[in-house]
Amino acid sequence: MKTYSNLYIFTYSSVLVIIIATLLSFTAFKLKPLQEKNIEIKKERDILSSIGVVSTAKNADDLFKTHVIRNIVINSKGVEIDGDAFNISHKKELEKPVDERLYPLFECQFDGQKIFITPVWGIGMWGPIWGYIALEDDFNTIYGVSFASEAETPGLGAEIDTKSFQAPFKGKKIFDESGKFVSVSIIKGGAPPGDIHGVDAISGGTITSLALQKTIFGCLDSYVTYFKNHDK
Amino acid sequence: MKEKESLFSPRNLKSLTGPLSAGNPVIVLVLGICPTLAVTSQMKPAIVMSLSVMAVLSIGNVIISLLRNTIPPRIRIIVQLTVIAALVILVDQVLKAYVFEVSQKLSVFVGLIITNCIIMGRLEAFAMANKPWPSFLDGIGNSLGFGFILIILSFFRELLGAGTVYGYPVFEKIGLYSTGYVDNGLMSKAPMALILVGILIWIHRSFNKDLIESK
Repeated sequence: MKTYSNLYIFTYSSVLVIIIATLLSFTAFKLKPLQEKNIEIKKERDILSSIGVVSTAKNADDLFKTHVIRNIVINSKGVEIDGDAFNISHKKELEKPVDERLYPLFECQFDGQKIFITPVWGIGMWGPIWGYIALEDDFNTIYGVSFASEAETPGLGAEIDTKSFQAPFKGKKIFDESGKFVSVSIIKGGAPPGDIHGVDAISGGTITSLALQKTIFGCLDSYVTYFKNHDK
Repeated sequence: MKEKESLFSPRNLKSLTGPLSAGNPVIVLVLGICPTLAVTSQMKPAIVMSLSVMAVLSIGNVIISLLRNTIPPRIRIIVQLTVIAALVILVDQVLKAYVFEVSQKLSVFVGLIITNCIIMGRLEAFAMANKPWPSFLDGIGNSLGFGFILIILSFFRELLGAGTVYGYPVFEKIGLYSTGYVDNGLMSKAPMALILVGILIWIHRSFNKDLIESK
């Protein structure tokens, strides 16, 4: 068998790695704009899905522009400030001190009324879970929701992204009669009929259901001051 | 001087067609089972997975075959892995840019092509010892053999598990649900893929008696 010197092996591997690294960085750099656009479209589709608008990758941009009429940024005191709501990353905001956090809100004109969509983001059983909650203009009644997860158990926790789990959220109230913020409860074993704050949990997906309940409470809680100030 | 071998000589053709049946990587060599279980619950990801493997395996085979006389044997596995990893990252980047939804469905499994035993196996066993053209055919042949099994599995799993074929609701259109038929959820879970692979191996061996091991 032919033998190779250490110098040859060292040079060979270095050159190989340099060529491959150059090629990969070049491709990543060239394809980045396309990939970022795809992520943006995915976000637009998720937001649209919370108000029940079904979109495709092609028309999401247009539908989003038609329905979402205003992007609002709210500071921790519940006051509107200037900013780019669409690009606020919830995860990054959570790393900031509480009074420096910014919260995005999307105002939509849909179905003959104004609807406000808030993002929610939290930790599920195996990884992040996130979604959008659309509220009617009384800032109390839920108009629709959409949820998704990265790594919840398929068939159990991951069922939070199904229509059958999400549909019962419509019409639920997040404030009780005295005006106290109570959010939505996700009840194991099923919500009693007529419960205006409760929906059914997923059987076998209790930990994800509880995590989602905590996520919704925590995220909506940050908006309560704003909701109370703008409630008609 | 040796006579030049034609492009589609019987020996070259054998590298292309062998892996389809008698040398099938999945049902004879039982390689690449991880992606076989993971991405066959629907046809679309299965087809994209097959095409991705085809791109990585055929190009990887050609590159390794071109480099085969320069690769120091001591680091050959590392060189092969580097080439495979680079190709897989390229495929992943392209999928993310052009077919985003499919790339989300395939999620980590694109990255896991790197660990697909079929690819390492072919690079080490074939491309290291053969010229680029036969290596290319071998790559195409093996990925066809792999993809062919993936498509058969995903066809049955999607049809029986979700009632659709390539996303088209067949059972709903023919009105099967109104007779009380219910989709079998187990079909879309990984264990069922393993059982189906077992059944395929059984059927395949009953037609190819020479593959059956003597006791």
